[in-house]
Amino acid sequence: MTETVVMDRASASRRRYFPSAFGGLTFAGFAICLTALPLAVSLTGYQLNLLMQAATYAIAVFGLVVVLGYAGQINLAQAAFFGLGAYCVALGTTDFGLGFWLSLLLAVCVAAFAGAVLGLASLRLGGHYLAMVTISFQTILSLTLNNWISLTHGPDGVRGIQRPAILNDSRYFLAFCLAVLFTAGFGVYRLKRRRLGRAMQAVRDNEIAAAVSGIDTFATKVFAFTLSAALGGLGGGLFAGGFTYISPDQFTFAESVVFLTMALLGGVTSAFGAAFGTGLLILLPEWLRFLKVVYLAVYGAAVVLIMVFLPDGLWGIVTWAKRRLISEPPVDRQSIAPLPLTRQAACSAGQALLEVKSLSKHFGGLKAVDEVNLSVRQNSVHALIGPNGSGKTTMLNVLSGLYRPMGGSIVFDGGTITNAPPHTRTRLGIARTFQNIRLFPAMSVLDNVMVGAEQSGDLFSSARAVRNHAFSALEFVGLAERAYRDIGSLSYGHQRLVEIARALAGNPKLILFDEPGAGLNHGEKDRLVELLKQLKDRGLTVLIIDHDMAMVEQVAERITVLNFGRHIADGASRDVLRNPDVIAAYLGEVRSDAA
Amino acid sequence: MALQLLFTGLGVGSIYALVALGFVLIFRATNAVNFAQGDFAMLGAFAMVVLAVDLELPYGLSIALALIAVMLFGALFNLTVYYPLRHRGLLPVIISTIGASILMQNGMLAAYGPQPQTLPGILSTPGIMVGSVFLDSQYLIILCITALLVVLQYFFFEYTLLGKKMQATSQDKEMASLLGIPVAWMIMLTFIYSAFLGGLAGILVGPILFVSVGMGSAISLKAFAATIVGGFGNVIGAIVGGLTLGIVETFGAAYISVPYKDAFAFLVLLIFLMIKPEGIFGEKIAEKA
Repeated sequence: MTETVVMDRASASRRRYFPSAFGGLTFAGFAICLTALPLAVSLTGYQLNLLMQAATYAIAVFGLVVVLGYAGQINLAQAAFFGLGAYCVALGTTDFGLGFWLSLLLAVCVAAFAGAVLGLASLRLGGHYLAMVTISFQTILSLTLNNWISLTHGPDGVRGIQRPAILNDSRYFLAFCLAVLFTAGFGVYRLKRRRLGRAMQAVRDNEIAAAVSGIDTFATKVFAFTLSAALGGLGGGLFAGGFTYISPDQFTFAESVVFLTMALLGGVTSAFGAAFGTGLLILLPEWLRFLKVVYLAVYGAAVVLIMVFLPDGLWGIVTWAKRRLISEPPVDRQSIAPLPLTRQAACSAGQALLEVKSLSKHFGGLKAVDEVNLSVRQNSVHALIGPNGSGKTTMLNVLSGLYRPMGGSIVFDGGTITNAPPHTRTRLGIARTFQNIRLFPAMSVLDNVMVGAEQSGDLFSSARAVRNHAFSALEFVGLAERAYRDIGSLSYGHQRLVEIARALAGNPKLILFDEPGAGLNHGEKDRLVELLKQLKDRGLTVLIIDHDMAMVEQVAERITVLNFGRHIADGASRDVLRNPDVIAAYLGEVRSDAA
Repeated sequence: MALQLLFTGLGVGSIYALVALGFVLIFRATNAVNFAQGDFAMLGAFAMVVLAVDLELPYGLSIALALIAVMLFGALFNLTVYYPLRHRGLLPVIISTIGASILMQNGMLAAYGPQPQTLPGILSTPGIMVGSVFLDSQYLIILCITALLVVLQYFFFEYTLLGKKMQATSQDKEMASLLGIPVAWMIMLTFIYSAFLGGLAGILVGPILFVSVGMGSAISLKAFAATIVGGFGNVIGAIVGGLTLGIVETFGAAYISVPYKDAFAFLVLLIFLMIKPEGIFGEKIAEKA
């Protein structure tokens, strides 16, 4: 990557700060009106059924918003979770006589449990594995519903599903479904702007960066999957109550794809979009009756066309228009508090904050890191250098927990962390940046830094505190004014600074920099050196990898040199850089005379 | 009995293996999973019904024409379903191919109706008895052709320039294009070849199963399960995985339960994913930092 001219187009990528109280009130008013609609207006049985289907489907589609839209994990079995919920209510109210409410609770719990088990089994893999596991689950469930006749009544389905007495009138039941729909929709909408929702989006955008920002990525994915399944079960339970008759052919793989299409058409990252897509696809078949047999073929074609031409769904158009029309709120830099880097290490200055003993990491026969010792003193700037391929980045990956070491030990601030997962290390106070910048590209600059602030283990009293803290971190690197921008609109140098701000927002004791100077121009590099010095002055400890020896000599007090995975020199900067072995490692020859 | 089941299982497994090979090749070339791979088989089988049954063309000519038709479709598939999304990551491509699968199945449903079609076998003799085992002629042909293809494919990828170019493309697109390999064409060829494999599977399995619009997705799901069981992205793994699932399914149906026949493959898959997700021949799955 070459030097990039810092240029921000004022019109590009604006974000709007939503006055949430106003939006919330509007939504509540709207929701209450629509919920009361079936009671106020006389609807035909057919219209009631359509609305009932739309409302219950939309609840299940919200589940896809959470798992696919927020967390980026595919779920091709939403109809199976929907079906599980439906059968819980159907069998619960008929054969088992549990009553509607208990059955509905059971529907949510059973679906959530199935989702959790499936997620625990497969979410370490992700991608196409997850697609396959969910399809397998869907297939097995369909077979079971059809063949376990003594329990499920088989292909005939279940009739005479009971509703609670108070909601026995279909209009009342529909109003109830709509109320649940709006509540669930509002919850899903709010989730996106909460700690957990941001964690899910971070996992979706860059799992490794999420892990070193302090997120337990696996737990977050399993939770998203479980929540998605629970919403599927809830929708299915209401569906069974609404139609009082269900059969296995309503919950097949094809139906899972219909759910998926609804979410994608509307816009999978937005609850509103998903609800809109669901309504459209329920009504569309009514309008497209003339298509008859080719109707499902049109469905399939629509999926392809949406993926190609409307990656953000129909709601993407709304979002786009909103950004064009509404300018971003001004940032009042005067009101930003200075960044508090308050985390104090237990050890005093001069003692080793990070103590690494005979650490090894091999890839097959390649000894990328081979019995390396490293001692980083509290409140020092320590550089790790070596020719390309000497194992520096592997070392950082082992230190931040992305790789498991094969031997040796890592002690950080008095505690052993040799086998701790990345998020635990971050919460203990180790932050890092990456050589190839890893940000969360679909989130705003501010959201990126907020993830770092709220996930690191420092418990802030409120969302506002997290926000203020993120602003402080951005101001520290000089980017507060760009808080509402998209990551993509920033220059390479600024993206690096956002990554540093995200790391600092976590209030670390030790920060690991992997070639922070790479790809920066002179001015940006000077600014970086300044920033590193400031960090040291504020009591932080820094471990830095870089190839720019002038910069390393400027900032680092101590240097450790690696070559072919082995530790070849260690000591004060000035001495190490004049060590003949080190020069030989870099230049490939033994120094003979003057240098 | 057991030997008979083994023979049938290997025959069924060969079909899964053929489709699984198509999966693996596309995955290696594009890092994408084509969920419509099985529907190439469905198209191949229907093309045979049209050519050999409806138009009463000679069987050999029908096979050739059917394969050409499916290969052309593979090219079209690449241009419309994969190529526009090539820079957009795994998820959009998966979803897009699922959409294409629905389109293909329902398009065929609209064109040909839900009635399953029958297709005569390649040989007129039903088969031969060897000891107590009846060797069905169609299964024998399937086994032979699969074995032959595996050998040919091996030589193609290891000993021809085109094969090496395709391998280079699958391993590192950027470097391949810097070396002057036309990457887009290599991906196109991969799609055409995997459509060929799928179509061939359909043509071979058509006389055994009924030819129906849903046949593709049933085969496809199990073939995909086979690739995971064998080790994802591994050519030998796809074959071994396919044969394994064919055998498990045949024995499961015979000794445990017929209605749940289709569940066995997925149970095996779920077990593998939990215990040995890298499959039989796969390398250990490790995320790269």
